[in-house]
Amino acid sequence: MTRAEAIAAVSDCLADEVVVHANGAICRESFASGDRPGNFYMIGSMGLAASIGLGVALARPEKRVVIFDGDGNVLMALGTLAMVAAEGPRNFLHVVFDNRTYGSTGSQPTHSRQVPLEEVARGCGYRRAVRVTERGPLVAAVRELQGELGPTFLLVEVSPEESVGLPRIPLPPEAITDRLRGYLAGG
Amino acid sequence: MSVPGAALVGELKRHGFDFFTGVPCSFLTAILDRLEAEGYRAAVREDVAVGLAAGAYLAGRRPVVLMQNSGLGVSLNALASLNLLYRIPVLLVISLRGYQIVDAPEHWVMGEVTTRLLETVRVPYRIVGESTYVDDCAAMAKVNREERLPAALLIRKGAVA
Repeated sequence: MTRAEAIAAVSDCLADEVVVHANGAICRESFASGDRPGNFYMIGSMGLAASIGLGVALARPEKRVVIFDGDGNVLMALGTLAMVAAEGPRNFLHVVFDNRTYGSTGSQPTHSRQVPLEEVARGCGYRRAVRVTERGPLVAAVRELQGELGPTFLLVEVSPEESVGLPRIPLPPEAITDRLRGYLAGG
Repeated sequence: MSVPGAALVGELKRHGFDFFTGVPCSFLTAILDRLEAEGYRAAVREDVAVGLAAGAYLAGRRPVVLMQNSGLGVSLNALASLNLLYRIPVLLVISLRGYQIVDAPEHWVMGEVTTRLLETVRVPYRIVGESTYVDDCAAMAKVNREERLPAALLIRKGAVA
């Protein structure tokens, strides 16, 4: 399963969730598969997708928050997993598309080849943490975790191939801020 | 003379700040003690606190991040590529270890360059004083609110007690 296929499969399961996207190809592939007003595209600040999502989840506990994260991003701020687990937001689903590489910089290997990130999340205290490798079980896992109390963690093994020719996010960063603030304010 | 921690926190609340996170510093203890009752969220790193605060802002809150000036170095990329780029305001409350005082060696370099670092990344700041803190809070809250940019209150040793 490519990451683009996995992202499309997860996105198809979503309704009115806020989705915080890690920087890089995850943003672009998700945007290409369908933009939503609850989407926040992080184009810099690598490592911070989960902390941004945690801030939304803690401030708006009735709103479901999903993180579209990458293995390089998670590894860059691994302590965030402890913070998420300790805060224990019930409305928090952490999806990690794990291609075991830094894809946009030339596919250098990451440490997720040796370190199973879902076990790290489980050890930190996420209520559930699962790994899937195929599309069918992925969709089933998303549906299942959507009905469970968070924080939950879904590691999706994806192939390391990179999409080619995907455009950058066309929205100016300030417009991305305004749009999500408006969406969360009910406007 | 020092500003009482409760007075500083009272000013912050009066300006609408309602989400508090950060990483502790001994210069900030009097503030942190007063923030426990305000739902202060401990962060694992200063840039993670900046990310958490950004999420809170997106959800309609007015965030404050407390940190030692060592943490400003950790936070520079978050400030540059998240807050400044996306116009996500945050009030930084930063201690001034190693600034015009005798301090431990690990604070010498950062203490000397903290204000210049803030100027370089275009984050307005005030060094909090006992006779000026009301105005300091008001001025930095105004930068957050009207310019939608980060701003900083700098806390010298003993300035808040």
